[in-house]
Amino acid sequence: MSDLTQLTLESALGGMAAGDFTSEEITIAHIDACMEAADLNAFITNTFELAIDQAKASDARRAKGAVGKLEGAPLGVKDLFCTEGVKTTAASQILGDFKPPYESSVTTNMKADGMVMLGKLNLDEFAMGSSNETSSYGNVVNPWKKNEELVPGGSSGGSAAAVAADICLGATATDTGGSIRQPASFTGTVGIKPTYGRCSRFGIVAFASSLDQAGPIAKTVKDSAILLDSMAGYDPKDSTSLNVDNGDWIASCEKSIKGMRIGIPKEYTVDGMPAEIQSLWDQGVEWMKDAGAEIVPVSLPHTKYALPAYYIVAPAEASSNLARYDGMRYGARVDGENLNDTYERTRAAGFGPEVQRRIMIGTYVLSAGYYDAYYLRAQKVRTRIAEDFKNAWESCDALLTPTCPSAPFAIGRKVNDPITMYLNDIFTVTANLAGLPGISVPAALDKNGLPLGLQIIGKALDEDTVFAAAGALEKAANFTAKPEKWWT
Amino acid sequence: MFTAERVADKKDWMSGETGDWELIIGLEVHAQVASNSKLFSGAATEYGADPNTQVSLVDAGMPGMLPVINEFCVEQAVRTGLGLNAKINLFSRFDRKNYFYVDLPQGYQISQFEHPIVGEGEIEIQPEDSDAVTVGIERLHLEQDAGKSVHDLSPTETYVDLNRSGVALMEIVSKPDMRSPEEASAYVDKLRGIVRALGTCDGDMEKGNLRADVNVSVRKPGGELGTRCEIKNVNSLRFIREAIRYEARRQIEIIETGGTIDQETRLFDSVKGETRSMRSKEDAHDYRYFPDPDLLPLNLEQSFVDGIKANLPELPDARKARFIAEFGIPAYDAGVLTADKVTGDYYETAAKGRDGKIAANWVMGELFGALNKEGKDLEDSPVSAENLGGLLDRIADKTISGKIAKTVFEKMFEGGGTADDIIESEGLKQVTDMGAIEAMVQEALDANPAQVEKAKLNPKLLGFFVGQVMKASGGKANPQAVNQILREKLGL
Repeated sequence: MSDLTQLTLESALGGMAAGDFTSEEITIAHIDACMEAADLNAFITNTFELAIDQAKASDARRAKGAVGKLEGAPLGVKDLFCTEGVKTTAASQILGDFKPPYESSVTTNMKADGMVMLGKLNLDEFAMGSSNETSSYGNVVNPWKKNEELVPGGSSGGSAAAVAADICLGATATDTGGSIRQPASFTGTVGIKPTYGRCSRFGIVAFASSLDQAGPIAKTVKDSAILLDSMAGYDPKDSTSLNVDNGDWIASCEKSIKGMRIGIPKEYTVDGMPAEIQSLWDQGVEWMKDAGAEIVPVSLPHTKYALPAYYIVAPAEASSNLARYDGMRYGARVDGENLNDTYERTRAAGFGPEVQRRIMIGTYVLSAGYYDAYYLRAQKVRTRIAEDFKNAWESCDALLTPTCPSAPFAIGRKVNDPITMYLNDIFTVTANLAGLPGISVPAALDKNGLPLGLQIIGKALDEDTVFAAAGALEKAANFTAKPEKWWT
Repeated sequence: MFTAERVADKKDWMSGETGDWELIIGLEVHAQVASNSKLFSGAATEYGADPNTQVSLVDAGMPGMLPVINEFCVEQAVRTGLGLNAKINLFSRFDRKNYFYVDLPQGYQISQFEHPIVGEGEIEIQPEDSDAVTVGIERLHLEQDAGKSVHDLSPTETYVDLNRSGVALMEIVSKPDMRSPEEASAYVDKLRGIVRALGTCDGDMEKGNLRADVNVSVRKPGGELGTRCEIKNVNSLRFIREAIRYEARRQIEIIETGGTIDQETRLFDSVKGETRSMRSKEDAHDYRYFPDPDLLPLNLEQSFVDGIKANLPELPDARKARFIAEFGIPAYDAGVLTADKVTGDYYETAAKGRDGKIAANWVMGELFGALNKEGKDLEDSPVSAENLGGLLDRIADKTISGKIAKTVFEKMFEGGGTADDIIESEGLKQVTDMGAIEAMVQEALDANPAQVEKAKLNPKLLGFFVGQVMKASGGKANPQAVNQILREKLGL
């Protein structure tokens, strides 16, 4: 039997349907690969025994003819999704050994569709970070390596690294400012953040509620469509969930983009962006043209305000969302002299420096006397950014941009320079602020042989167009490079 | 709309060393929505359940849990707003009020800060022995209650009961339109009557389902407004009056001895009858309000509001007007009888198709007196409205006299049953047989010849014979018949 870990999700599902191998077989192959890849530190918690049980149950269901959308596929789950009876950490010490008595709606959907869960994937603490270095469970190492160890991006670094290293067929992730797309770009994988409201946030540890959105990281565009089709769907338990049907996303991946109008936002050319990224973007334009798309220059004039607005809104919401981690009802507690002292000791010990920084920024911008100058203005910027996109949609159907302004960088390089770190999100935060779908597709290797991604941003609820453009991009780029397997 | 111009009646002024002072009072009333489930979760709200048995994952602030608005509670807030003659805001929004405390699991309370569901309104109150006063409503908003911290179960630990966590409250904020403790308690009483009539809150102050934060300041009559203090969580009408009186006196003494009032939050100690400082303005939290990103703004359809409006029950003021017109009772009586839905329903059942004035006298006199004496609520009255009505019928058709009726009522109150049963079993039926009465009258005249002569000269002495006959009949003789026959026989 060939190496089952090299299959795409699509071909794995096909192989099981054809009876070429069982879920148990492909699950065991992935468990072996996971164990070999311990140096990547992609998992916080593995659930191998559970996975084998789930695989056996899946094979039994298949024997009876009941086959779900993800039937028998061994996948990873970002450790921000609550999973019933399985330790859920958000990569933070403050949750201690918290085992939720409930399951997130997204993973509930996936389990109902036959998912086999290999374990809980590492991430930046509370999804706050762009390099996976803020995890209190140690940083994840990018499977792509040049002389030195590189970051996998973040916050969904564990998900991206695990998919890139072929230790799971696909993974769930979340994206608040680029946490799906940036690590996908850094690891040569595909990552889509759908329209805000497509995936229920119920049972996902909240970072910034108005920006958080779940999505998959996968090996191919079509795999990402298969995963998203299972993850997404209306959920009355999330008031911001949209009561709309999924599109025909899997089919859209192969749809022609002839006549599609692709916008190129001029403001996405930023100072100091490596020439390689500019030329890759130019190459992307040519690929889209060749595929029959019409290229339209567009302007998103408020783009330069997006990152500052994001770094006000996201910490503001986070400072409130993280107030519940007080050591009183669950998670870790450090007892103090009195109640306030207990709060202070618990939160000082439980939260890492980046989380503390954002809680303080968020608390500050919401404080009396500062609210209008920061939070309120940031919300106004947000409205303007949404209007920019609306205006752009008058002349185009989707946008093509780089995913991030750099290739993966070395571990430790930026961790002490938050501003430089935050600049990683410059091309991705706009889609979060406006609630739009965005996908990163691996497009090329840079001169050091490291992956670079291009991003497609679409209209709200128009994932069909996004998948079609991404499918065309993937076909044209023909990105087949794999990281050299150094970890065994 | 703040009526700072209105100066209190002189009788409500408080005198100090430097002259008279006037009280300025505003209230924030928290009324628990009469809902079986919480504002943002499906957990039950039943009172008195074992600690922490009515707590959903949302109420406990578990990771990843999200609030979902309870539409029933929204409807109740709109109903209440309509009952307060207030503007219903079709757009409203929930905000987070951030602070840390053990009984606040999320680390924030979901409330409505900037955009409340109900805007300005007004109600008319009728304080005892004063003219009616109009009190402005500033706003009504929906918010979650916190849990309960129990400090007295252990010397070293605090226990937390989250059953209340997430329960829906309506905070009803008045304008500072009240000028005396009596006006303040009349306002709360009126509010209570309105929410009970609407069924949006049970108004039970003992259970804390309706409680008030009282803002008090003092000024020279008609003068500059003073600095106010807020007295938190006062939970009876009497305590509201006591707390205001104590607080006003305290403020007057400070100002008159050259001090200044610090804006602060105070607690009322009902045992000692005094208020004491809880926290000063400097210690006040910065709540860092911002729109709750987990919830969409509430956008109500006008048709939704209209539908609620069309089905509003009759409110105390409307009922009062109707009682005056329909039953011919004085405004004061009508006010008392409509202050409460239960009282109004009772009276209406007893009075329907009968003499309204007599019915009112019986309800407010005999019935309330007996209930008071027994410490019973009207809900627990041994005499039902139907049975009281039956008693009034027997008075009206002269089966019994008013005096006998009181005896019958006492027996009904003691042992239940209908007036007819008691009249029958106790043989209390009024004697209307003219022959029998005439015989009794003759007997009385024959037995008292001296009195007969005196009565002929002074008809006022007729009462002596009436008394004799009534005594002889065991009170059952029809008094009018006795009078008439006596007059005939004495030639008066």
